[in-house]
Amino acid sequence: MGREVEVQYTVEQLVAVNPYNPDILNDLENYVNEQVSSQTYSLDANLCLLRLYQFKPDRMSTQIVSRILVKALMAMPAPDFSLCLFLIPERVQMEEQFKTLIVLSHYLETGRFRQFWDEAAKSRHIVEAVPGFEQAIQAYAIHVLSLTYQKVSRPVLAEAINIEGLSLDKFLEHQVANSGWILEKGHGRGQLIVLPRNEFNHPELKKNAADSVPFEHITRIFPILG
Amino acid sequence: MASFDYDDAPANSAAPPSSQSQTPDAALGYDPNFVPDSVKTFVVHLYRHIREKNVYEIHQMYETSFQTLSERLFKDTPWPSVDAVAHFVDNDHVFCLLYREMWFRHLYARLSPTLKQRIDSWDNYCSLFQVVLHGVVNMQLPNQWLWDMVDEFVYQFQSFCQYRAKMKNKTEQEISLLKQFDQAWNVYGVLNYLQALVERSMIIQILEQEKEGLEQFTATDGYDYSGGSNVLKVLGYFSMVGLLRVHCLLGDYHTGLKCLLPIDISQQGVYTSVIGSHITTIYHYGFANLMLRRYVEAIREFNKILLYIYKTKQYHQKSPQYEQILKKNEQMYALLAICLSLCPQVKLVEETVNSQLREKYGEKMIRMQRYDDEAFGIYDELFSYACPKFITPSAPSFEEPLVNYNQDAYRLQLKLFLYEVKQQQLLSGVRTFLKVYSTISLGKLANYMEVDEPTLRTILTTYKHKTHAVDVDGKIVSNADVDFYIDDDMIHVVESKSSKRYGDYFLRQIVKLEGLINDLDRIKLD
Repeated sequence: MGREVEVQYTVEQLVAVNPYNPDILNDLENYVNEQVSSQTYSLDANLCLLRLYQFKPDRMSTQIVSRILVKALMAMPAPDFSLCLFLIPERVQMEEQFKTLIVLSHYLETGRFRQFWDEAAKSRHIVEAVPGFEQAIQAYAIHVLSLTYQKVSRPVLAEAINIEGLSLDKFLEHQVANSGWILEKGHGRGQLIVLPRNEFNHPELKKNAADSVPFEHITRIFPILG
Repeated sequence: MASFDYDDAPANSAAPPSSQSQTPDAALGYDPNFVPDSVKTFVVHLYRHIREKNVYEIHQMYETSFQTLSERLFKDTPWPSVDAVAHFVDNDHVFCLLYREMWFRHLYARLSPTLKQRIDSWDNYCSLFQVVLHGVVNMQLPNQWLWDMVDEFVYQFQSFCQYRAKMKNKTEQEISLLKQFDQAWNVYGVLNYLQALVERSMIIQILEQEKEGLEQFTATDGYDYSGGSNVLKVLGYFSMVGLLRVHCLLGDYHTGLKCLLPIDISQQGVYTSVIGSHITTIYHYGFANLMLRRYVEAIREFNKILLYIYKTKQYHQKSPQYEQILKKNEQMYALLAICLSLCPQVKLVEETVNSQLREKYGEKMIRMQRYDDEAFGIYDELFSYACPKFITPSAPSFEEPLVNYNQDAYRLQLKLFLYEVKQQQLLSGVRTFLKVYSTISLGKLANYMEVDEPTLRTILTTYKHKTHAVDVDGKIVSNADVDFYIDDDMIHVVESKSSKRYGDYFLRQIVKLEGLINDLDRIKLD
């Protein structure tokens, strides 16, 4: 395959057109680095690369695998991290850097944010190599909190997103202005944050969604109605 | 000889390793060139029916005569070689490829193939698929047969990987053959053939166009009644199921499900026209969803197919696939037991299926709720019993000492699955409490559960995270039977009521009524 051909296609297209082609391995590796620097993400391309590594284990670059895994952590609550682990041989997973990432994933999966941030602080070299890591995990933390709480106390939120004091005030201000958060006074002890309503923390919102009928289903009876 | 999943172990372990290198059947006085009259009649008729595109007769001969003859004459020897029968069928190239495909399939099912035979079978598939891909095939073959081809192709690939991974005890001759024919059953080759069949057949576009009423595929069960051939189209269609299965064997569940996406499994389709294909599709679909933590989706589909098997299995009693149907049936009950233990959703399970499940796994499921070492043992046992036969796709290292690596892939998937189970171990405890309260304070619940408040908060967030899966479109969906929300320090419990889908029900009734009125209109009264 000539160089020109590769230039014409984006990596996403290469994966879509020919997912079982060992020749795109280098492109996929570069693409992982590109995802890191441009703060984008493609699970399909990364799984495709892990698959090629699975077929040719001696071609595996642990640095690239480590970046894929950090990116997958950032995609939580999606199960991408497990999806990647399913494709990585056990002996590779035994390496120190991967063990650390697996522990980090475990803390996130089990809602132990305090331990997560402590552990992440110890492994700066791994996670700081990927821009946007902190924000992505904070977004995940806010996601699970919004599933769980209507109103959450300030310390619980602070622990989950690892922001305190003045920075937290600033953060809250921003969320109030942009994401519909409301600040309340708790009974006597500090601040309560009212998280935006959704069908998971306000189950009564769910009913309407379940009762609706998708348009495609209606089209089935169009000929009859006509 | 449909074979959606033979067990490797018995066939291979029954024969001593050394017999792999010689031809075991030579000892039994098998003469590959001897063609009994009944076989001659069989190939002559089959060839004629294929040329005349008589699908019904082809199907009869394929499903019944081939079985009967195998049972009577070739119980433990191969069929006559293709060279011995070729001159009865005008040396027809395609027919000979088809004959060899059946020849190998019979061999795999009844004897244990030698390495040379495995390689020859691979070559035969390559030739056969190339002929199909180049569009020279002008036949109409029964869906059952076309499904069996794809199914057997994937099975033989899986079997080869398992065989190759057992490097201890390999003879020098076998090792040199493995080195020499390193392209045989190569994972790229396997995936690319399946992918090429999907693409060349344009099946994805056909299914798309069918939705808009521009094309007929499902309505004719994939057959072509205007003189064309169904072979490429239907092979392409079944190859999507083949890809799902291969990806599951590799542990790539996300990609596997993606390959199946063009088939709408919420409806009947060509995949349901062959019981083996129906079961393989749903088994792998359900398993992949289980691994992706989309338990409700897995439960729903397992429930449907188990009910279907329950109702129809009597019709398959005489079928060569009957044993396989029963085995997959049992495996899917085990998977259903796992799903329901992790995600209690009994309302989704139909009464008959539920009572079968209780009978088979009721006692184990109670113990699984305890999440102690014994419970993990049961999760391990059920998973190991019911999971696909995972494979390591890469070639072995031929350096001494030779090691077996045939269990590696399975062990990894099992380990990661049990890891997930452990992460969920405290959830069943919290669920029990949530069921009996409508509101309870965090402090009180922490007290009951004998943990401190911060720990309880992590358990509750875990519960939320694990019961709220990300679906195919990236949307969050709740799998929780008991849900709750927290208002500062107070937990409010919401028992989820399964909302009846009246809309769908009425839509279906409207279509049904219209059909009935049309039927009535057609009846002429004297």
